[in-house]
Amino acid sequence: MKFTEEHEWLRVEGDLVTVGITRHASEQLGDVVFVELPGPGTKVAKGDEVAVIESVKAASDILAPVDGEIVEVNDAIVDSPGKVNEDPMGDAWFFKMTLSDISILDSFMDEAEYGELVG
Amino acid sequence: MAGLKRTALYDLHIELGAETVPFAGYEMPVRYALGVMREHLHCRSSAGLFDVSHMGQILVRPKSGDLVDAARAFETLVPADLLGLKVGRQRYTLLTNEDGGIIDDLMVAKRADHLFLVVNAARREVDLAHLEERLADTCEIEEVTDRALLAVQGPKAEAALEGIWSGINCMRFMDVETVGSEFGTLRISRSGYTGEDGFEISVSGQYAGPLAMALLAQDSVEPIGLGARDSLRLEAGLCLYGSDIDASTSPTEASLEWAVQKARRAGGERAGGFPGAGRILRELQHGARRRRVGLMPEGRAPMRAGTRIYREPHGGDSIGTVCSGGFGPSIERPVSIAYVQSEQGHAGTTVYGEVRGRRLPATVTEMPFRSPDFKR
Repeated sequence: MKFTEEHEWLRVEGDLVTVGITRHASEQLGDVVFVELPGPGTKVAKGDEVAVIESVKAASDILAPVDGEIVEVNDAIVDSPGKVNEDPMGDAWFFKMTLSDISILDSFMDEAEYGELVG
Repeated sequence: MAGLKRTALYDLHIELGAETVPFAGYEMPVRYALGVMREHLHCRSSAGLFDVSHMGQILVRPKSGDLVDAARAFETLVPADLLGLKVGRQRYTLLTNEDGGIIDDLMVAKRADHLFLVVNAARREVDLAHLEERLADTCEIEEVTDRALLAVQGPKAEAALEGIWSGINCMRFMDVETVGSEFGTLRISRSGYTGEDGFEISVSGQYAGPLAMALLAQDSVEPIGLGARDSLRLEAGLCLYGSDIDASTSPTEASLEWAVQKARRAGGERAGGFPGAGRILRELQHGARRRRVGLMPEGRAPMRAGTRIYREPHGGDSIGTVCSGGFGPSIERPVSIAYVQSEQGHAGTTVYGEVRGRRLPATVTEMPFRSPDFKR
């Protein structure tokens, strides 16, 4: 699993990468009450605002971690946003997207490095 | 946090795991271990303890010694009927300005020989200066600085307080009492800011911690932070000064006509006689151009403060703006409070809020969004 400075995690399965937010991020956000996901087939560039997450506190954007195409989204978290607080690193993944260049993953943090970032 | 004041309960908040934020010059708990959602639901189903010591407590004493003189003097600043208010009762009222706007919203309690005010923390200095300027000839204005203010709110609030003072169950909504207790003299009112039955208790700073701990020792009581305080008052349709009302909003615009009693309205025994009465009485009869209304977004996306409101899904000028909005944990959907043009403010009207560039439908709704259950 890899981690971004925007507190997203990435898990590679074949030529797809699954993206979610970290437990630290979900705790900082507080209770999640709304999630909006992109449509499958959406082409995105790294840094694009692809999803929105709102907690009792505020709204935040979820950024595309890499260039690619969204192929699948997790409608379960749209129907039950609270899942993002319950299981942010597992069942409450956000979307799966294609990964054109697997070497880009080397630029992200591993778990130990991310652990240092969030203290 | 540098430069911020702390209430008498600060150490207890930290011990309870509070996350704190700056609020009106104080370092205040925004949430505890439960988190905003569960704190909110706990308050609605059981009882919540809030530290509201940042709010201002002010005594207004008549120089003549005659309470009628203090009530009459205070009536020159607010549109409330205070001569008609019984001793031992309190009333929600508004300090108005000459333009008919609102300087602050507050509670005023009538006691045997004085009036007791609870005002917003962020308005305390402005209010005190205003009272000194306008009432100095007739009244002594004294800010209470050595007392904390705790709120106990929720269906189990009365039971939680029975051990503190046995007479608690005789109080009705908006009654006030001053009682002796093992925590010193307590000034208790049956009121609050959550849309729940509940109490606010003014207690000497030295006893605030022990009183809070005695309450929290009961299984029914959990500490509640400012986050849930805001979502609770939002569901109850209650105004937050600075967001929903300010110096530019009149009582009619703010849908607070009920705070102007008959005696102070046109044709009443003491009609007018408060700042801005010309505009305020005129609007009570003829309405205002804009109005504070409830909005229920149809989807799940919250429409937060600042969201522009439109009449149509495309095109046209904005007809209003959301002043407070978020998710309502008890009604399990987003809710907002907005100012809209009065002709668009009728319950059932569909309007559109622009969220992230898209206009999403919302229905104008009567407030409160959730009916209160006060002990009257």
